[in-house]
Order: sequence, then structure tokens, then C-alpha cells
Amino acid sequence: MRVAELYMALVMAVFSVYLMWKSAELPIGWIEDEGPGGGAFPFWLAFGMLVCCAFILFNWLRRSSLPAKSEDPFMDRDVLRVFLIVSLALATMIGLIHLVGVYVSLPLFMAFYMRYLGHHSWKLISSVVVSTPIITFLFFEVALTKTLPKGVTEPLFYPLFDLIY
Amino acid sequence: MEILSLLADGFAVSFQPLNLGLVIFGATVGLFIGAMPGLGSVNGVAILLPMTFLVPPTSAVIFLGAIYYGAMYGGAISSIMLGIPGASTAVATTFDGRPLAMQGKADQALVAAAIASFVGGTISVVLFTAFAPPLAEVALAFGPPEEFALMMLAFATFIGLGGDDIPKTFFSIFIGLVFSAVGLDIISGEPRLIFFDLPGFFHGINFLVLAIGVYGIGEMLWTIEVSRGNMSLSKANLSVSRIVAAIRRVIKGWKTMVMGSFLGYFVGILPAAGATPGSLMAYGVAKSISSSPETFGKGNVDGVLAPESANNAASTGSMLPMLTLGIPGSPTTAILLGGMVIWGLEPGPLLFVDHTEFVWGLIASLYVANFFALLINIAFIPAFISVLKLPFTILAPIIFVLCIVGGYVPTQDMHDVWLMLIFGIVGYLMRKLDYPLAPAVLAIVLGPIAEPAMRQSLIGAQGDLFIFFSRPISGSIMVVALFLLLLPLFKLLKGRLIRKEQ
Repeated sequence: MRVAELYMALVMAVFSVYLMWKSAELPIGWIEDEGPGGGAFPFWLAFGMLVCCAFILFNWLRRSSLPAKSEDPFMDRDVLRVFLIVSLALATMIGLIHLVGVYVSLPLFMAFYMRYLGHHSWKLISSVVVSTPIITFLFFEVALTKTLPKGVTEPLFYPLFDLIY
Repeated sequence: MEILSLLADGFAVSFQPLNLGLVIFGATVGLFIGAMPGLGSVNGVAILLPMTFLVPPTSAVIFLGAIYYGAMYGGAISSIMLGIPGASTAVATTFDGRPLAMQGKADQALVAAAIASFVGGTISVVLFTAFAPPLAEVALAFGPPEEFALMMLAFATFIGLGGDDIPKTFFSIFIGLVFSAVGLDIISGEPRLIFFDLPGFFHGINFLVLAIGVYGIGEMLWTIEVSRGNMSLSKANLSVSRIVAAIRRVIKGWKTMVMGSFLGYFVGILPAAGATPGSLMAYGVAKSISSSPETFGKGNVDGVLAPESANNAASTGSMLPMLTLGIPGSPTTAILLGGMVIWGLEPGPLLFVDHTEFVWGLIASLYVANFFALLINIAFIPAFISVLKLPFTILAPIIFVLCIVGGYVPTQDMHDVWLMLIFGIVGYLMRKLDYPLAPAVLAIVLGPIAEPAMRQSLIGAQGDLFIFFSRPISGSIMVVALFLLLLPLFKLLKGRLIRKEQ
């Protein structure tokens, strides 16, 4: 936990410097007759982030904040395993949306999650996997007319859209 | 007394069969839209606005007002049941509503939210009727320095009353404000903070992306860790006796509800403030006047009552500057304003003279919508409780899917979905290290208001920072804000002094 606190503060400090550098692409000073430049607001706020990181590091040295004195592991093996599985599955699902669209990607994710982490029966899984996309479709595409990305499966929906609109 | 007869006429308008039907339908639809994570009153009103061109203008505004109210109730439901605020206005409701649900008292939290919303709505309609004309004039005196001072006060509330690690709270506010600056600079029109030249950053970082990332994906990762991947979320049971007990507990909190309603209403009136800061401030005040402030954040019913009464009161309050001045007090009223213009109703002081039937019909309908939203909400509590009884490994993937779809829909850009995932994962890791994340979400909502207010003030004052203190209204708000900012320092010094004496 103590090590994680240090790394997080350092990473965020680097990120603050990056934000300051990025903000400085626009004028950060006072422009005559125009007021503060466009970059001033984010620049000084990012500077504020950097100052906060310095304070967090100072507290880390003094061991005065809770995570800075905790000797517990940041994540034990089980937590790390589940965290990695879920985040990778989410990333894979979002990646697949680009290719095959939500109506293939989302059911795959749900089936994987329920079977691999939940050990539910295939009967239960299939009912959730089939009903969720149908409800999503009816609510978003039919009721609210917000189209969701479909990737290569787009042509399969043309007859449905002909029917609705 | 003239106002009372006008209000009576208004009720006659709202009880016309078409209008009454629209109120009930609107409140129900609003309730469900509000309960969906990621969709709030803004989305509901915006999406359903085109539908209302089928009916007369008065009925149309009544319908949208009912959706607005329903969504305000609904926002609390996902805050409590899933720990994800259904809308930014319900952020403060998660602070205590979520812990209550985790302790198996979800029914109590839901009843508290429903009743507090009703009380907030009632008090604010009474206030609206009594104080509409004079308050419109006070709001008119607000310029950019006052707006900025108000934002400072909202942030200072977090520092002074938050009780979290101070540098980390500041960090959270700063990072939220920086993210709110991404996109096009409002004053010069130049693009800024376009990371890696990705085109998705040009439309800025939508508040929902951060909110769903942190409160949706981040919260789910957190819950998975706490529950070790399997375990139902909480044991909530429902019976008449439990509901009666919950109502008794709520009645004990009447002071909190009255405070929240008044505070919410007045914050709601101020242009650009609205229900989100109102509910957060009400939470802060409820905590500071409570006899047991340490129980806040761990499941205190008063922590649900304060923000819920405030956000409903604020939604009525925000109607006031919209109707009297044509200045929307919240994003939702901004859309309503757009609708009114399309229907040929010119907002402004003359509206009260030329279209009395419309104005008072709308006010009365808000009240009727408030009542029906309460009934519908209480009727659906068992349905929402049963959602909690599902095993977590079924609920979790469904919520992830809702988050992904909800994050995509507002901008229809996959870029936002990826960003949401990154925010979720980083937010989860930061939360494990005691970084408070609510201030960041508040900051990204208020940033686009605070920055132009600050810059316009400075331009007007030729760079003189004293502008924020020299005007009476902004000056007094700033003094309160500075006091709150310095409060932790006083506490620290006091603690040192006591230790020295020992």
C-alpha cells in the first residue's frame, strides 16, 4: 500500500507537468485588452495538482496519511486476478464493438462474465444474454432513436429498420 | 390574494384530463429515465421534446415538467441501489444512500428519498408562489463575479466539510477542473488540451464520461473486490411495518428536509448554479448541523434527506429565472426554454402578464407531478428492491453493459467509451488510496461555468483580483468560502494546541 501511494503520487506529478506543458501551447499570461490567455486556467490548475502531489509526497515521508503507513498489500493475488480479468474483458468488449458491434460484443462479454466468474447455468446465461440486447435495442433504437454501433453486422439490421421506420 | 386565485386557476388547468394524463405519464417515464445510470432529466427532456409538438404548448411544458420531476426522483433510485448517481443532481445522495443499501436498509433510503423529494417540491412551490416577483430582481443583480464566488463556495464546502485527506481533495478538484477545460477555449475559440491530437477531445470531456467511469465502472470494480466476485449485493427485505418505521424515521428528520428545501430552492434560483451544487451544499450543511456528524457517509438517513429535498426544490427554483428573466438556472431548464421559444412563448417578465394561464398552469402541474411521482415511486420500491436480490455475477455484467451503452449514447462517439474505461480503472486505483472522487465529478460539471465567470470578471476589472471581494454579494459569498477553505487549518492548529497543553 505504501509503495502504491508513492507511485500514484509520482505518476500524478508527472501527469500534472504534462498537463502544464500541454496548457502552455496556448498563451498562459495576461493578454492586453483580452484578459487571461486561453491556457492560463488549466495551466495554474495543473500547477495546483503538482503542489498537491508535493504535499501528498511530504505526507508519505512523514507517514501521516492512512495509505502511507499501511503495510497491507495494495492488491492481493485474488483481487489482482479478478481486477485483471474484468478490465481486460471490458477492454476486449469495447474493442470488439468497433468490429462486430454492440449486439455481438455485449452478449459475448456477459456470457463470459457469468460463466467464468459466476459459474451460472447455461440456461440462465442464455436468458440474460438474449433478453438484454433486445431490451437495449427496443429502448435506445426504437423508443429513443439513438443508434448504437453495429460494425460489420450493420446490414443485418436493415430489414428491422424497414419494419420500424 | 391575487396570487392564490391565479394558482387555483393553474390547478384547474393541470386537472384537465389531457394535462393530468400527461403529468402521470411524464412522471412515470421520467422516473425510469432518471433511474438509468447515465440518463438524467436533461436527457429525458431533450429526447422527448420533439414528441410534445403533437399537443398544445401548455400541455407540452406540463409534460416536460413532469418528466423533469420524475427524473429527479428516479436519480435517487440508482444512487441508492447501484451506488451510481443517475444524474449529477443525485451525486450527494450516494454518500449515505449507498451505505444504507449495503446495510440492508435500501427500503429506508428509498422511502427517505421519495418523501424528502416530495417535501422539497412542496416547500419550493409554496416559496415560488410567494416570492416569485422579488426574487427575480435579486437574481438579476448577479454578474460573473457572483457566479464565480458561488462556484468557489461549492468547492470550499468539500474542503471544509469533506473530512477527507486535504491535499487529495484539492487534487481531485483541480484535475476535474482541468478536464473540464479540454476542448475548445470558450473565449478565444482555440482548441486546447487535445491529447495526442485525438479528434474526440475536440468536443471536450463530457461530465457523464467521468461520472459513469468513476461511479459506474470504478464502483463495480470496487464492489467486485469487496464482494470477492460473488455475493449478492445486500439483503433488503420489505414489509409494511418496515415502511412505517422508515416513515417514522423520516419524520424525525423534518428539520433537515426543511433546511434542504430552502437551501436548494435559493441555490436553484441563481442562474448557473442549479440542483447539483444545491444538493451538495445541503449535504454539507446537514452534516455540520447534525448532532452526530461522524455517522454521515456511513448510512445516516439525514444524509439522504438533505440532498434529495434540495435537488427537488432546486428544480422548481431553477424555473424562476427561466420564466421571469429567460435565463435558465439548469441545463434542463435551458432545453425547456428552447422548447418555449419554438412554441411561440416569449420568456421574460411579460410572460406573467400575457400568458398567466400558462405560467400558473405549469407551476400547479409541477406540484401535481410531484404528488404522482411520490405515489409511483413508492409503488415501484418492491421492484427496485428485487433488483438487489439478483446474484452479483448476473447484475455486474448487466450494469457494465448499461454503463457502456449509457456512455456511448450522449455523444455517439466510441472515443468516450474508451475514455470512460480509463477513468474507471484509474479512478478505482485512486479510490483504493483514499483519493476522494466526488470533487472531481463536481468540478467537471462546474468548470465550464466557473472558468468563463472568472475570466469575464477579470477582463471587466482589468485583472484586479479584488473584484471578487469589492461587490457586496460576491464579497460575502467569498468570505464564507475562504472561511470554509481555512477550516481544516484551524482544526489542525486547535489539535496541536490541545496536544501541547497535555
